[in-house]
Amino acid sequence: MKVLHTDVLVIGGGLAGLRAAIAARRRGLEVTVLSIVPPKRSHSAAAQGGMQASLANCLKGFGDNEDVHFADTVRGSDWGADQAVARMFVHMAPKAIRELAHWGVPWNRVAPGAQSAVINGEKVELRERAEAAGLITARNFGGTAKWRACYVSDGTGHSMLYTISDQAIAASIPVHERIEALSLVHDGARCRGAIARNLMTGELLAYTAGATCIATGGFGRIYEVSTNAIINQGMGAAIALETGVAELGNMEAVQFHPTAIFPAGILVTEGCRGDGGLLLDRNEHRFMPDYEPEKAELASRDVVSRHMESHINKGLGATSRFGEHLWLDIRLLGEDHINTRLREVKEICQYFLGIDPARELIPVRPAQHYSMGGIRTDAHGQSGTLKGLFACGEAACWDLHGFNRLGGNSVAETVVAGMLVGESMADFCLGNEASVDTGLVREFFEREQAALDNLRRRGGAQRVTALNAAMQSAMTRNVGIYRDADGLQAAVAELGSLLERCADIGLQSGGHGADPELVLAYRLPRMLKLALCVAQGALNRTESRGAHCRLDFPERDDSQWLNRTLARWPAGAALPELRYEALDIMAMELPPAWRGYGSRDFIPHPQQAQRQREVEAATEQYGNRFERQEALMPYTHLLPERYRSHNARLFEDGQGAFNDPEAAGGAAE
Amino acid sequence: MNDAAVIAKDGEEHGARRLRFEIFRFNPCDPDSRPHYDTFELDDAPGMTLFIALNLIREQQDPGLQFDFVCRAGICGSCAMLINGRPTLACRTLTGTLPDTVRLSPLPVFELIGDLSVNTGKWMRQMSERLRTWVDVAEDVDLDSLETPMDPDAAQAIYELERCIECGCCVAGCGTAVMRESFVGAVGLNKMARFRLDPRDTREDADFFELIGTDEGIFGCMSLLGCDDVCPKDLPLQTQLAYLRRKMAKVTLTG
Ligand code: SF4
Ligand code: SF4
Ligand code: FES
Repeated sequence: MKVLHTDVLVIGGGLAGLRAAIAARRRGLEVTVLSIVPPKRSHSAAAQGGMQASLANCLKGFGDNEDVHFADTVRGSDWGADQAVARMFVHMAPKAIRELAHWGVPWNRVAPGAQSAVINGEKVELRERAEAAGLITARNFGGTAKWRACYVSDGTGHSMLYTISDQAIAASIPVHERIEALSLVHDGARCRGAIARNLMTGELLAYTAGATCIATGGFGRIYEVSTNAIINQGMGAAIALETGVAELGNMEAVQFHPTAIFPAGILVTEGCRGDGGLLLDRNEHRFMPDYEPEKAELASRDVVSRHMESHINKGLGATSRFGEHLWLDIRLLGEDHINTRLREVKEICQYFLGIDPARELIPVRPAQHYSMGGIRTDAHGQSGTLKGLFACGEAACWDLHGFNRLGGNSVAETVVAGMLVGESMADFCLGNEASVDTGLVREFFEREQAALDNLRRRGGAQRVTALNAAMQSAMTRNVGIYRDADGLQAAVAELGSLLERCADIGLQSGGHGADPELVLAYRLPRMLKLALCVAQGALNRTESRGAHCRLDFPERDDSQWLNRTLARWPAGAALPELRYEALDIMAMELPPAWRGYGSRDFIPHPQQAQRQREVEAATEQYGNRFERQEALMPYTHLLPERYRSHNARLFEDGQGAFNDPEAAGGAAE
Repeated sequence: MNDAAVIAKDGEEHGARRLRFEIFRFNPCDPDSRPHYDTFELDDAPGMTLFIALNLIREQQDPGLQFDFVCRAGICGSCAMLINGRPTLACRTLTGTLPDTVRLSPLPVFELIGDLSVNTGKWMRQMSERLRTWVDVAEDVDLDSLETPMDPDAAQAIYELERCIECGCCVAGCGTAVMRESFVGAVGLNKMARFRLDPRDTREDADFFELIGTDEGIFGCMSLLGCDDVCPKDLPLQTQLAYLRRKMAKVTLTG
């Protein structure tokens, strides 16, 4: 048995994992990163459009600050988010983006003077301030009150990932590439590392660690059509679930992105609509204003995706040989804009659809895109039930996004969470002994070895690709954008029987070395467990909230469901065990209300009015936004000391008030 | 049905042409394996990419076939291979653009993992370590204050070069890289050009010369421009290599 020891073991080499690794390394710890692909190939690179950070540099971002970003995020989450975590996040995002600017990300910058833009289908001219020249600019995104998505053309995630990955190389952090964690080593109370497999040779390895961090991203591949990379099978969350101790939060909260190209499911960025692109139906009619007069195409993703699907169900979709879809129209943005700000989109259209988006319409349909749920952690990124286990990024649920994530908040979350969770892991390692019981490691190692040997030898009747396709189909049919009790019951039953059939998988290939069939064979039961958490969570939750939409329970029900679903998988069980963690309305800085888009109806929480009065009283009592915030919901104690200071903004004074000198001086626009 | 199944079914229903794939096979972990080509057949379909085709072959004909796809959208650089001898991204190659017989081989230069899968990750990390492909940030910056302004055009020019996805096509298509193992390739040289443009990088031309002013760097490049032809991201490699050569030659003369 080959055993490697490290202080901090990070599983996953995308933005979140690498940023956490750098943070822990900077505190003097030895860090090892495991990644199933070379880190620069991670799915983080696919984030195109932008990173939300309330810098307020561009004209349309004026007046933006943490409060506005916070309110947008909580409304976007349909009040499912942990508001203290949302506060930490909006406070950290400007610091994170400024750090990245310093590290080399070529953020697009404000060009002073007249700039043309398209807003609500009209060409307009915006005159950017001379004082803002060269500062980081931003574009519009859905569900936000300000232009806040900072960007690098439409390769934002790519630039961020390359910069952070190169910084990890600069810090001499070893990344063990093409190594997959198969199980976590733990004693029921404390995580001690992982058993992993070399995907090139098939060799099994043991890693022992003081702190173990899962940053493996989402699990979109349990669905048929997903914008996710094909590696997004949720293995990090699954091995946490298989401990029987760690819990997963809000697994039923799955996001569908409005604009995946049809039928390939490849993402084209929300920046297309942010920059002025429109959604059209079979008659080339712009239909979103009919449903959402205020926000139109730029309501939150859950809302836009639902309107698109129901519009198609009304027979208004365009038809192609592959089925029905709608159109995304970015022709009005013009060739120059597309060539500089949307060039990945242009390439995707060119190569996969054979069209030029400056001249032709793009066929789109909503597709699975993001997993709001994941490994449940506290605000420091640590599991509450399994000490020494940390998680960050899409794999985690510290609960920034609740039931719907805003566009541009995910890449921002990855780096913010990496910065914070890396610090927590360092604190944890420096405060706890790291001795590991070799007997325990051997036990887990042998268990994995035996499971793999058995899988290779047993020659069962089930074909792994067929079972995988059946899982994806069940999820897409019954656990998609619209859900109801019948469909969800059918899904739970079907997924359960697929999980049973996994015990009878027989390999057609040899199962040696890098054999891809073997890999899918051991991943599939883990994916099915995640799928069951999603389906069972969705079945139990008899309300509609954010991306979780029940046709049989169309209203958000704060009186019953202002809570978070927690799933645990006891050893040998056929189904997950669910419990619920209440969200404390009396501690909320922003009590539940209408989101400003989407359905206006909801069943209020009995204490909503009371909390609303308290919040209003505080607003009157404190002149300064920082004092008001502190009085309503203190959160700075959750941050490392080095990150507690206020963020400076152009035209913002020490009291947090924004004064545009031209507006104040009455200068003509 | 997923996208692959939808597209494949469409092909069957519309009586498409038959494609013949000759695929390189070799498993270095298996002592009995010898390098050879296997042939597979498949119905073509509109919209079918090599990502879809290879997955169908794996699902229906040979579950052990090795290849690498991650994003399947032409942005991650995982899937470069030789398609009828030309290095390019498989995921965004439509089968409709290919002749009836398609020969697929792994990229040369890089270590073979198995069949079409090669270890570009290891090569790229070594190149990054050698060339120090990062902005030096020894000092912590004050994260609470406004960021340092940057010229909008300069930022865009840096992004132009930063679009490289480390796919390795330029290395596989380069005569020097095939002969000289330690040659940093157009990918490495382009990165040096990118950092040279960056006002945040404090290195001088003399420092860059230390890194690439050798036969393993810019002076090993024979300017045949195989790299520029094959780069799937259309990076301006020709211009950048010529520019670097001039600048570095100047350092030699003055240095
Ligand atoms: S320069 Fe072009 S061909 Fe070379 S690695 Fe980068 S993207 Fe690939
Ligand atoms: S121009 Fe230089 S880097 Fe490009 S293929 Fe030729 S020798 Fe290689
Ligand atoms: S799979 Fe990512 S570029 Fe082809």
